Amino acid sequence: MNRDTHRYFKFDWITIIIFLLLVGFGWLNILSASHSGETLDYFNLSEPFGKQLMFIFLTFGLIIIILSIDAKFYERFSSIIYLISMLSLVGLFVFGKNVNGATSWYAIGGMTIQPSEFAKTATALAVAKYISDLNTDITKFKDQIQSFIIFCIPALLVLLQNDAGSTIVYAAFFFVLYREGLPKIYLTIGIATVILAVCALKLGVVYTSIIAAVLIFGNYFFTKKKPTIFKPLLILIACIVLSSGIGFFYQHVLQPHQQDRISLWLRLEQDPAKLERMKKTFAYNLNESEKAISSGGLTGKGFLEGTRTTGKFVPEQHTDYIFSTVGEEWGFLGSAAVVILFVLLLIRILHLAELQKSQFSRAYGYAVAAIIFMHFMINIGMVMGLIPTIGIPLPLFSYGGSGLWGFTILIFIFIKLDSNRINEW
Amino acid sequence: MRKILLFASITIVGLIFIFRLFYLQVYTAQNHNLFEDNAIKKVYDYPKRGFVYDRNGELLVANQPSYDVMFIPREVKPLDTLEFCSLLKIDKNRFKDIYQKAYHYSPWLPSVFIAHLSKEDYAVLQEKMRKFEGFYIQKRSLRLYQTTIGANVLGDLGEVNNAIIKEHPYYKMGDLIGKQGVEASYEDILRGKKGVKFIQKDRFNRDIGPYKDGVYDTLPEPGKDITISIDSKLQEFGELLMKHKRGGIIAIEPSSGEILAMVSAPSYNPNLLVGRNRSKNYTKMHYDTISKPLYDRSLLAQYPPGSPFKVLNALVGLQEGVVTTDDKFSCRMGYYYNGRRLTGCHSHPSPLSMNDGIAQSCNSYFCNVYRRIIEKYDDPAKGMNVWSNHIKSFGLGNYLGYDLKIGSKGYIPDGAFYDKWYGKGRWSSTYNISNAIGQGEVLATPIQLANMVAAIGNRGYFYTPHIIKNIEGDTIDENYTTPKYTTIDKENFEPVVQGMFDVYNKGTATYLRVPGIDICGKTGTAENYTKIDGVKTQLTDHSIFVAFAPKDNPKIAIAVFVENGYWGSRFAGKIASLMIEKYIKGHITRTDLEDWILSHSLEDEYAKPYSGKPFKINGETTLQVTPIDKSIKSKISNLSD
Repeated sequence: MNRDTHRYFKFDWITIIIFLLLVGFGWLNILSASHSGETLDYFNLSEPFGKQLMFIFLTFGLIIIILSIDAKFYERFSSIIYLISMLSLVGLFVFGKNVNGATSWYAIGGMTIQPSEFAKTATALAVAKYISDLNTDITKFKDQIQSFIIFCIPALLVLLQNDAGSTIVYAAFFFVLYREGLPKIYLTIGIATVILAVCALKLGVVYTSIIAAVLIFGNYFFTKKKPTIFKPLLILIACIVLSSGIGFFYQHVLQPHQQDRISLWLRLEQDPAKLERMKKTFAYNLNESEKAISSGGLTGKGFLEGTRTTGKFVPEQHTDYIFSTVGEEWGFLGSAAVVILFVLLLIRILHLAELQKSQFSRAYGYAVAAIIFMHFMINIGMVMGLIPTIGIPLPLFSYGGSGLWGFTILIFIFIKLDSNRINEW
Repeated sequence: MRKILLFASITIVGLIFIFRLFYLQVYTAQNHNLFEDNAIKKVYDYPKRGFVYDRNGELLVANQPSYDVMFIPREVKPLDTLEFCSLLKIDKNRFKDIYQKAYHYSPWLPSVFIAHLSKEDYAVLQEKMRKFEGFYIQKRSLRLYQTTIGANVLGDLGEVNNAIIKEHPYYKMGDLIGKQGVEASYEDILRGKKGVKFIQKDRFNRDIGPYKDGVYDTLPEPGKDITISIDSKLQEFGELLMKHKRGGIIAIEPSSGEILAMVSAPSYNPNLLVGRNRSKNYTKMHYDTISKPLYDRSLLAQYPPGSPFKVLNALVGLQEGVVTTDDKFSCRMGYYYNGRRLTGCHSHPSPLSMNDGIAQSCNSYFCNVYRRIIEKYDDPAKGMNVWSNHIKSFGLGNYLGYDLKIGSKGYIPDGAFYDKWYGKGRWSSTYNISNAIGQGEVLATPIQLANMVAAIGNRGYFYTPHIIKNIEGDTIDENYTTPKYTTIDKENFEPVVQGMFDVYNKGTATYLRVPGIDICGKTGTAENYTKIDGVKTQLTDHSIFVAFAPKDNPKIAIAVFVENGYWGSRFAGKIASLMIEKYIKGHITRTDLEDWILSHSLEDEYAKPYSGKPFKINGETTLQVTPIDKSIKSKISNLSD
């Protein structure tokens, strides 16, 4: 067999096919959510669906370039790519364009580019590179801190640009580090913090502390080999400090609109006037999107037939709320299919990541899966009212060139790395 | 373990999403209903409501345009309420009230803001309408009564309430529905079907265009016209005669069961219940608990039928073979049993056979007949049941099944009733001898009695009374064209009919004869009681009269009740004779009777129980005489052919 002719067939076609399905189906829904009822001109560049179609065509060029570059390039130049990416984020503070309150865009000519969409890929490469470095031992505290710094820099930068949603995505890297040997304590603290936060906000600090005390000492008394009493006591104090801190954080650090989203999600707000105000702002989006989804029923109203979509009842429907279009027009069957496609894509990437021989490729593959997973979980969870409103796009689905290209690069670098594994064999 | 975490997270999140989707889209979701989709605006096109004609083709009910101010609460933008309120002639509090009530009903669905604007108000408002976002004008059609009579027959339209909307989703807030009379009975036919256009809206509530190019849109279907069996001239004549009296008149055409006149007094002008003043007028009449103008006495009021009921006992007696036409019974100013007088009677020759018994309305005669019927069997309960079944075959004791939505059952007791009352085997016919003369436990409505006379006039059958004569392009219910037979054989009717004829010839109604018409009738006088401050008090007797004419192949059967009019021929008999003459001849020759009726009022009599003072009844009273109202007289003369 000639190695060269078969080279291109060594790419993981399952991943590519799922990718194409998601992009294609996503575009149909953007078309539905943004067309205005007249005769359709698919290439109308003044409409979102027309622009998105152009972005998709350009994506294919991008894919060819990524796959043509030697796999080693990504590992070797990861630091430089990371550096450039971070500079592009810093540059926003000077040259950035403000859209919807977030200073996340460069305006070049008639186009806008959102560098944070590419920063995730760059950070993934950098983290993978750092972990796979022979001198790095992730079980050491110093190395842990250094790896945290790599992804905390972009997270902090996007937060300063008022894009809190993207900041949360960087939590994905804990999955990567955990896979590569990060001690369990981080995971425990992370999960405990989330639970404490919800309890502290919902029940108040006092009740949360009492519950924590009962659990901790209960566990202590039933442990046969009793360590010193100071350890559980310390944990309890940490819990109390943490839950008080969360209250403080909620009250004084979070911006009012962020507080509102959390308070609506946890049903904290009792003041009817304030609830009414919420209903008119972000809760309106949520309510409309839930209504649109549930109005789809089992089989949906049909492509381009959704009355709520056509009537543009859901604001931002072609971007963050695109899943509500799927819900309305394609019903339970269509939306469940999208969920399943995403799950298949993620599991496929994870599976491939585990097959990698180089630690760099494996860590990068994990980063890809984890980043897409965070987007998938937050976006669809938000649109269906399961988690507080956090504005981030649904990968490959939502309208937007930067987002589409960012995820394309993210995924196809991994496909290239993966093909290299096959080729090396 | 480290390999599992992300994999497990992905799988769990995926499953949670699918469950959530299932919950939202399958478990809690209803089918897509265009009417409930607030992304689709529904624009209704109301059809013409069917007209109502009387049996002679005279238009009674037509339509007039009206304009409703409608609004969708969520779409109302801040506005100059002061100007808006002054245009609509309401105050600001009312504005708030209406708004909140509608918001409570639904913020998304249209509600009526002000119904039935006059043309003048509409003209002024229309020019400024664009200033008031969220409000719009819905054109509707209101009823226009071409007559001032027959309110109880014609009925009225009212706005649907939430309960009706829930039961009949066809109706939307602000729609009109027939509430009473033929409007209610023939709602589906008169209403037609409104057309609807579906308009796709965007979230700013702008119309984008027809939903799916209008494939679901429908055109309105106009309502059908109907002809009712009422003779409007006879109806009006009856209503004029009943001025200053309370009671009911029902006239039926025996050969068809068609209701010729259905008078309930006091009544009201049907136009009072149209338009913006409807609810004000309705409330006023609703709370008039003394004269109760909204209470249809011709259908709802249950009276003891009194003497007209005697003829039924005669028929049952003949049918059961317990009495012959020649059997004579004596009367000593009443019926005595074991030396005790059970019922009184008036002075007349004695003893009497059946013919004279009916003509003279002898109480004693019918007590004897009644006892023989009940005592034919060893067990009085069995005799009672046989009697009860015969009586009920005349349509008494239960709903008649006519095509108006209101009615009363009346009451005809049976054996079980008295077994329960007195205990089994612990009673006999003398315990309820009052049934013989239409008092006691028996109760009937005017329409039941009219139907009973129709059945006697037909010699043994009747058609269920009905108000409908003709539906445009449709047939009327078969039930109304099928004869219902009584349990009495045809030959048994002749002596009874003759007796009723002799009521006019030599009996209690001789001075009510109408030249040229053979009327068969029967007077009735029914005792009645009321409670004043918890004390059972007797009032002046009800005046009752039933009749049919002519004697052979009758054209009209009539029952007249005049509350507290004393004896039968005093008020009811005169009115019955006049009605019969009016219907058969088209004009009145007995103007003396007419003048007497028009110049005598019972208002004083009706005021007595409410006066708070002791009062006298029956023979101890004097009649109130009022000068004849010229306008009524001229209205009557206009009715002549």
